[in-house]
Amino acid sequence: MSEQAAVDKLKAKFGDAVLDVIEFRAETTVVVKKEQIVSICSFLKGELGYNFLTDLCAVDYLGQAPRFMVVYQLYNIGTHTRLRIKTPVDEADACIDTVSGVWATANWLERECWDLMGIVFNNHPDPRRILLPEDWEGHPLRKDYPLQGPDREPYQGRLE
Amino acid sequence: MANNYETMTINMGPQHPSTHGVLQLVLELDGEIVRKATPHIGFLHRGVEKLAEHRTYHQVLPLTDRLDYLAPMHNNLGYVLAVEKLLGLSDEIPERAQVVRVMLAELTRLKSHLVWLACHALDIGAMTVFIYAFREREHIMNIYEKVSGARMTSNYFRVGGLSADLPAGLEQEIRTFVNDMPKHIATYEGLLTGNKIWQKRIQGVGVISGEDAIDLGVTGPSLRGSGVDWDLRRDQPYSGYENYDFEVVVEQGCDTWARYVARLKEMHESCKIIHQALDKLKPGPVLADAPKVVLPPKQDVVNSIEGLIHQFKIITEGFKPEVGEVYVGVENPKGEVGFYLVSDGSARPYRMKIRPASFINLQALPKMCEGSMIADVVAVIGTLDIVLGEIDR
Repeated sequence: MSEQAAVDKLKAKFGDAVLDVIEFRAETTVVVKKEQIVSICSFLKGELGYNFLTDLCAVDYLGQAPRFMVVYQLYNIGTHTRLRIKTPVDEADACIDTVSGVWATANWLERECWDLMGIVFNNHPDPRRILLPEDWEGHPLRKDYPLQGPDREPYQGRLE
Repeated sequence: MANNYETMTINMGPQHPSTHGVLQLVLELDGEIVRKATPHIGFLHRGVEKLAEHRTYHQVLPLTDRLDYLAPMHNNLGYVLAVEKLLGLSDEIPERAQVVRVMLAELTRLKSHLVWLACHALDIGAMTVFIYAFREREHIMNIYEKVSGARMTSNYFRVGGLSADLPAGLEQEIRTFVNDMPKHIATYEGLLTGNKIWQKRIQGVGVISGEDAIDLGVTGPSLRGSGVDWDLRRDQPYSGYENYDFEVVVEQGCDTWARYVARLKEMHESCKIIHQALDKLKPGPVLADAPKVVLPPKQDVVNSIEGLIHQFKIITEGFKPEVGEVYVGVENPKGEVGFYLVSDGSARPYRMKIRPASFINLQALPKMCEGSMIADVVAVIGTLDIVLGEIDR
């Protein structure tokens, strides 16, 4: 099934939940509402054959509303097509339902996303940090987290 | 089941010779049976994705060497392909650069698989193979050094092509090496395949079905050892892989043995691809004709003021891809490594997300070793072929 057919089916089934479809460099991105993310993902896996979750991450668009985008990279092993699902997440309510029940891969990827970007995944089976220590404060991949860490002066370049 | 056993919790790693770096496993043991395995990672986290947001596209490239440091050229390849796609430059890479990329990527696959074989066998107690495999790996390191100047962190590919052409005489050296390689692989097989201890230690160990492997996101030889016929080189070809004749090795065993056989066969296929690449190699340019992206030839930089300005502009300002986002995945020796790049139209990636093959493959470890003996954990770590540099990033 081509990406276009998948997008059409998605639109037919979920209608309002599909916010936007973007084509760039022959890659298809579908922006969907976060409330229905689990049912959309189950549909994509069960009906449309996107049985492989390649990657999951979040992007911080600081200064825009909604601030975060959670991004799911899907792959269909049968037809060898990719599809990207994005879903906006607001800063005030930075949480989204877990898809680890749809693809087990999402377990660690969502933990990483919580760890580094601070997105809460509701009903996650193991919501711990993964790369950073348990007592770490803050989420380093957020744009308002300084590169050098929060307690240090920013690097000024080499001073003679 | 009634809980009528007492478990003992022990730490394996992060300083343990068979965890291949700084992996910590917390094992709950019932006698010698592993009831629960919990991996703890992050000891090598360097914040590569955060660093990338503060560097120009060219400056990110050396960071990618340090992910899977046993296969640096593959990481370079994945990254430059993603940037080229973002720029819309994918169709303009010269033929010679493409062929050299494939050739070196396959040499890297051999190199990575040699380390896997050596360490996997060493962990299980077959010491001799280690010495032989590292001898051949040394040859590849020498080729690396001649190509890029570095033995491990190659940083050789560039956005638009290669940093330099191959040095004279190297093609013959690679040809000789690849001619000899099947003989060496036969030696490893002679040492291991018929060995009763080796067979008993890995047959039926670390079993994972194809379905579970897909569900857990396992890729690469670990997935193909579970009977799933999927290889990005064939199914989503990049760098001209569609022009090469090779077989995707699929084994049905689902156990450590199947993955061992699959990787050994894959090494033979790599040799085949390298031979074809050497036959295809014709003289020609190694950088795309894209002056806004590609650095000028060194000759121009030292001899003309225009060349110097050109170089200076690209180094200091970088180039600015249009707003958009791309994902490119390549078939690393360990599995699919992907780069998701988001551009906001500036000279630095707005966001770079690496899809690390080892990180996601490691997630399957508890499933593969729970319920088996503690000694099998070592076999499972070996067969997953993890690299902590890539897991922790």
